[in-house]
Amino acid sequence: MKLSRFARLACLLVAGMLLAACQHEAATPWQLTDISGHMPDLAFQLTDDQGKTVTATDYQGKVALLYFGYTHCPDVCPLTLAHLHVVMQRLGKVADGAQILFVSVDPARDTPAALHAYATAFDPHVIGLTGSPADIEALTKRYRAAFSREPGKEGGSYDVSHSSGIYIFDAHGKARLLATPTDSQDKLVHDLHLLLSPGGAT
Amino acid sequence: MKRYLLWLGLTALLAPAVQATQADQIKASHAWIRLLPADLPAGGYVTLDNQGSSAATLVSVHSAAYASAMLHQSTTDPAGNSDMHMLDRLIVPAHGQVSLAPAGYHLMLQQATHALKPGDTVDITLDFADGSHQRVPFQVRPANATD
Repeated sequence: MKLSRFARLACLLVAGMLLAACQHEAATPWQLTDISGHMPDLAFQLTDDQGKTVTATDYQGKVALLYFGYTHCPDVCPLTLAHLHVVMQRLGKVADGAQILFVSVDPARDTPAALHAYATAFDPHVIGLTGSPADIEALTKRYRAAFSREPGKEGGSYDVSHSSGIYIFDAHGKARLLATPTDSQDKLVHDLHLLLSPGGAT
Repeated sequence: MKRYLLWLGLTALLAPAVQATQADQIKASHAWIRLLPADLPAGGYVTLDNQGSSAATLVSVHSAAYASAMLHQSTTDPAGNSDMHMLDRLIVPAHGQVSLAPAGYHLMLQQATHALKPGDTVDITLDFADGSHQRVPFQVRPANATD
């Protein structure tokens, strides 16, 4: 009898906790993965696709979408950038408050000029960034975005395995959301709309 | 007339014995290339429907428009790392469909032999395991095209 009372109490407690968890879930407005407080602020020193040295502060005031890739990637990188192009179009005017930062993990081949041609082929909001291997590695490590070079292909070409997540930072450079390639354009449009709305970045 | 009927009968008898080639069994559709600037490697996509009662195996592709054309597959592990590797063959099961589509199976097309632009059509030949071929026109689309 005592045990069953205890069991009932335990059940109630667990149910209460679950309910609280659900309510907490419902309270968050985000459809993408909320990474607030789990990833460091945006910080880097790289070279942009015009050949200019830039740091994260140059993009303060913009919602930044950080994506690692490389131009000799014919399938997944262009797919992601093409999706982001559609997302920017769907956002309309407010998209001008966003900046897509395409950071090359293949600086040996991705010169600023090559990156510029690549970035502009997708969307005017895309900026290509490159830099020293050490600076790029530091940035990928900062966001735990592993990448590796796979050698041994004919003609000196090689593939680069890389993390395909999109890290989203608010206008103050705070890490806010993580989108994976399987997340729909709807989710991106929804969350970016919120972040880009007045007061949305707070 | 009698002779004609005889011929008709003979061809009807012989027809089932003539095996359709793997290329004959495949209906290719939605064939397109994502064109990237500066002769960067491009992805080629196509949907293959096998209308035959036996499997068809794609072993390679070639095109006069590219010095190199390979069968590739992109994979993404649960941690979100994406990777690309070459395929020796791609089997289209009997009465089945295989889609070469972004972030999965695709053709890796390198070193265009002449400058291409969106709106162009490029012929790519699919080579099957039984030695048969099918030439497929691929539509050249801009970098930011979606499937």
